[in-house]
Amino acid sequence: MDALRELTVSQQVGLLFVLLFGGLALVTAIAFGRSLRERSDELLAAHQQFERDLRAVWVGALLFWVSWALGAFVSTLLFSVISFLALREFVTLTHTRRGDHRSLLLAFFIVLPLQYVVVATRHFDLFTVFIPVYVFLAIPVVSAFGNDPTRFLERTAKIQWGITVCVYGMSHAPALLLLDLPAYRDRGAFLVLYLVVVVAIAQIAQEAASRRLRRRPAARAISRSFSWRSWFVGALVAGVVGAALYWITPFTPFPALLMGFVAGGSGTLGEFVMKALKRDAGVRNWGGKSSVTGAVGLLDRVAPLCFAAPVFFHSVRWYFGL
Amino acid sequence: MKLPEAAGLLLACVARLITGAQGHWLGAPPKAEQRIYFANHQSHFDWVLIWAALPGDLRAITRPIAARDYWTSTPLKHWITRDIFNAVYVSRERSADEDPLEPLLEALRNGDSLVIFPEGTRSDRGEPAPFKSGLYHLAEAFPEVALIPAWIDNVQRVMPKGEVVPVPILCSVTFGAPLTLQPGEDKRVFLDRARAAVVALRPAH
Repeated sequence: MDALRELTVSQQVGLLFVLLFGGLALVTAIAFGRSLRERSDELLAAHQQFERDLRAVWVGALLFWVSWALGAFVSTLLFSVISFLALREFVTLTHTRRGDHRSLLLAFFIVLPLQYVVVATRHFDLFTVFIPVYVFLAIPVVSAFGNDPTRFLERTAKIQWGITVCVYGMSHAPALLLLDLPAYRDRGAFLVLYLVVVVAIAQIAQEAASRRLRRRPAARAISRSFSWRSWFVGALVAGVVGAALYWITPFTPFPALLMGFVAGGSGTLGEFVMKALKRDAGVRNWGGKSSVTGAVGLLDRVAPLCFAAPVFFHSVRWYFGL
Repeated sequence: MKLPEAAGLLLACVARLITGAQGHWLGAPPKAEQRIYFANHQSHFDWVLIWAALPGDLRAITRPIAARDYWTSTPLKHWITRDIFNAVYVSRERSADEDPLEPLLEALRNGDSLVIFPEGTRSDRGEPAPFKSGLYHLAEAFPEVALIPAWIDNVQRVMPKGEVVPVPILCSVTFGAPLTLQPGEDKRVFLDRARAAVVALRPAH
């Protein structure tokens, strides 16, 4: 593995892309081959779940390719668009009222762009406090001017929650690109890839483990598949995969394992929280046929990343004492 | 590509970015035949949403209806409705010797498709208002044109009455099965049937 680390950056990139897209193409081909076989409904459902996860990995891989090919600025822009679409989906499914119009405009057209501008200009101090402090105070003020006291706290809290998860959480992923780590110049895209891979792996492993283990669910009313043991398996597999990928990160193998564990574990917890939210909104897959609008179900896909990115970002900063 | 075409494309892109503008074709596939789409009316945004939900090549042959006094009052409004949307202008004041439906009938004689909002005005209560009789007269004069009901969902949240900037919230347009005017059908019966066909497309929340 140390030999891999000695390669030049462009050789590493080449190798990585061959491994990544080659592996994905192989898995997809096998999955397609198996999908031709006839089988029971239960297996079919499992296969569909697997295909959804596989698609998420493809999207993650393509995102990485774009971040790498087009540089930090374009990828920050890309993440801001994903943030926008996720927030749009979140707001669609929460019951906002007419009086919220101005606060929503503030969230979409001022807070969201500003947060990403702050990321792109590397004002990391402001980046950390802008949404939790200033926006937190500004939203209820604007909402109060909306002149509608009905369920005021509830509506304000929902908007703030959406901003925190979809904008603040997500913005930590492109912030990784701009971290100034020792002896790791211009390779921030690898950290983003590392994060996306371990989060996706943790989800897939957790899903597979819950099917095998059949443990008692930790919270039956929210998710029938989530148990502490399957969470642990998911995070552990993410850690092992993370350790195997240590050569693309600035870490040595053992810290890479810990980082993978932490990021994967918080990602699956994020997915768990989204399940609770979905249950509340009364939809199984956000944006499926049953929902209001036929959205694409993007929020589902990015929520684990929104939860894992801040934890991972601060772990990295803390580890290097930045 | 000419400027109005590019502006139209840009507008459709913005509408999709803000609302998703998902078109669900439940009753009839999108097809380049002559049609009258009729839908519920909750917001100024309704027309743009239907237009953005249509496939690109249907946009060129599908025309909205615009009030002449308002939409020709400034050069910009006139340009938007005439050059981008190719709107059919109608006058709101009724003069004694002129049929207010005449511009619509002429557009249909030319083979264009129309989008009309038969409630006549925007309603922000949940239920659509009773339909005005224009739809009936058009159906009577052009029995061969397909009448497609459509339900526009969620758009009142995007731009409530009195606001000018739209908030990004996902909307959908559901198109239903074509309706035909039965021979000898009473006007009120037909209009109620048409309204029921629109309401039936509302997704369960």
